[in-house]
Amino acid sequence: MAIPTKYPTEPLKCWPKAKEIRQQYYKDYATAHDRGGIRWSGGAWAFDAVPMGLGDDVHVMTGEPYAASIAFDRKFAQECQDATDARGWARDLCSYMRIYWGSMYLNRFFFGGEFPKPDFYYQTQICCSHAKWDQEAALYENVPFFCIDVCVGPYETLDEDRLNYVVKQLHDSIDGMEKTTGRKYDDEKLIAAVHNECRSTSLWAEICTLNKAIPAPLDEKTMFSLYVLATLQRSSKQIGDFYEELRDEVKDRVARGIAAVPYERCRIITDTQPPWGFLKIYRYMEQFGVVSVGSLYTFGLEGIFGDQEDGSWGPRKTPQQLGIKIKTREEALRITADWNLSRPQWQHFYDPAIKTRMMLRIYNEWKLNGVILHLNRGCEGLTVGSSENRLGLVKAGVPVMTYEGNMADEKEFDERRTTSRIESFMETLGLEQIEAARAAQAAS
Amino acid sequence: MIKAGIDVGAKTIKVVLMEDGKIRGKGKVLSGFDQEESAKEALEQALMEAQLSREAIGIIVTTGNGRKAISYATDDVTEARAAALGAVFLYPSARTVIDVGAEEARAIKCDSSGKVLDFAVNEKCAAGSGAFTEAMARALEVPLEELGPLSLRSTQTIPMNAQCTVFAESEVVSLIHSKTQKADIAVRRVGLEPELVLIGGVAHNPGFVESFKRTAELDNVRTAEDPEFVGAIGAALAAGE
Repeated sequence: MAIPTKYPTEPLKCWPKAKEIRQQYYKDYATAHDRGGIRWSGGAWAFDAVPMGLGDDVHVMTGEPYAASIAFDRKFAQECQDATDARGWARDLCSYMRIYWGSMYLNRFFFGGEFPKPDFYYQTQICCSHAKWDQEAALYENVPFFCIDVCVGPYETLDEDRLNYVVKQLHDSIDGMEKTTGRKYDDEKLIAAVHNECRSTSLWAEICTLNKAIPAPLDEKTMFSLYVLATLQRSSKQIGDFYEELRDEVKDRVARGIAAVPYERCRIITDTQPPWGFLKIYRYMEQFGVVSVGSLYTFGLEGIFGDQEDGSWGPRKTPQQLGIKIKTREEALRITADWNLSRPQWQHFYDPAIKTRMMLRIYNEWKLNGVILHLNRGCEGLTVGSSENRLGLVKAGVPVMTYEGNMADEKEFDERRTTSRIESFMETLGLEQIEAARAAQAAS
Repeated sequence: MIKAGIDVGAKTIKVVLMEDGKIRGKGKVLSGFDQEESAKEALEQALMEAQLSREAIGIIVTTGNGRKAISYATDDVTEARAAALGAVFLYPSARTVIDVGAEEARAIKCDSSGKVLDFAVNEKCAAGSGAFTEAMARALEVPLEELGPLSLRSTQTIPMNAQCTVFAESEVVSLIHSKTQKADIAVRRVGLEPELVLIGGVAHNPGFVESFKRTAELDNVRTAEDPEFVGAIGAALAAGE
């Protein structure tokens, strides 16, 4: 087998900044009360622009990325899960939820000190676990819990009545937050936050779209550390500004042909959260010249996409880009509701065929060679329908590999079997390890 | 040159020595705790059968669950690759290979050269595997080798509630029905291409073979002679590539 072309690579310049923002985020949350500020916790899919109307000193900690951070530390992750198991919760529940609860029960904050108790919980309900997660946390911490039901059907069927159902709940939640915090709500801050939410999630979609380039400027393992900023607080100006900087840098990488993986010769996508404690499987794939250019998960968990003029998939145009000026609370809430309901990663909850269509679109437009599906026992929400997705992809002629695991519970991931499976999949794609090919060439 | 193929399985280690496309010797031992030591023992058996010394071996290729654990191996190949190579070597028209070992059930679609075109493996569940069969033999208090013939005398199928090996032990089970289900699912995932060959230790069980034929609705199913050695044969053949 011939040695593939070696593309130039270089580290991302804004990488340290991403790390700094993330560290500061957790520090700000932990110390918010010291400054007289407010803390709220909830999910990465909460309408995070809405609590921003309570003031500039309102800090959030979203549960999933917090649990994912812990998952990377397998020892503490296990301690958290054990603490949750000891309270009688089932082992097959969402592993993020089990870790978050465990950290709360142990009263240990992963970034140091005691677990910071939020002033309230704010969440959406679409995943089967999310509402129950924060319900239990709120009961345990004895703080209020506001939950927005967003199960109004796929975006393609959205009508005024369904949108009004969500918007009405957002109005109610503002009333509840005012009562809980004793603060007067500022609509101007909400409008600014919605502006930033649309900006940052559209920018992230644009960054993912730039990965259509060959060689791909970003690999998924790197993208995990970048998309996460939107899961932390997509409505903050800081995140929007960062994504603008990142977008410009990625554009520059594309223009200069800078690759994420030097010997890129095979492009794939994965699906759902990876087993966080074993991200080395991505590096293992690189040994075969494989780059994972992303996934519906990394693209569409936070990125908001739309049809482009040429028919391709790319960033959805923001209200600002469309010349819409938001003037009132009602307008801001309608926009954030509509924007969030169009989230790609929400659509499969209604019908796996919608997800299959999006994956096929990615397969074709990002010029892929295969798909690896993680049958993630730790996340029922994102794994629901995965087998149907596999069938749909196979029917369309896409090479697909599956492996079973868990994003945050190492007990359910078998590293040896997974790497063996990847190797077999590489064989079916006609790939051998670059080093082996190099040795064979040298010997001949 | 003598080429050795070692299949480091979850339950047993199989060794095949080959020279010019012919099998010279075979060895088989329980894997035990020390796979490397057990592999040496199996290798000694094969060398003895072939009346050869260790120095005669030019290349050693491993496969199986513990293929990375053998420090003196020259190279290793995946289980799917070894199974396909071995099956096509023995049955040149084989295009679908079902490999049921102690822990894994694997279905492989391959071409005439033994290249793997697609594959499916059971996830983290041992139902239908060799370990399951052994557990059921224990539960039914019959020797393992009698379990298959015994199942053929059954006149009815009793549905199982528990597929988990642990819980199934406490049930009166239709053993073969369950384990065939697993292989049947795997083969349907990769698509069925004649000719189909059954390999792996569980292929010794006539009850499994019969049940597989019935549920897969196939008459033309070949069962490899010494089915547990096919992976090791494939590994030895890979040494020549």
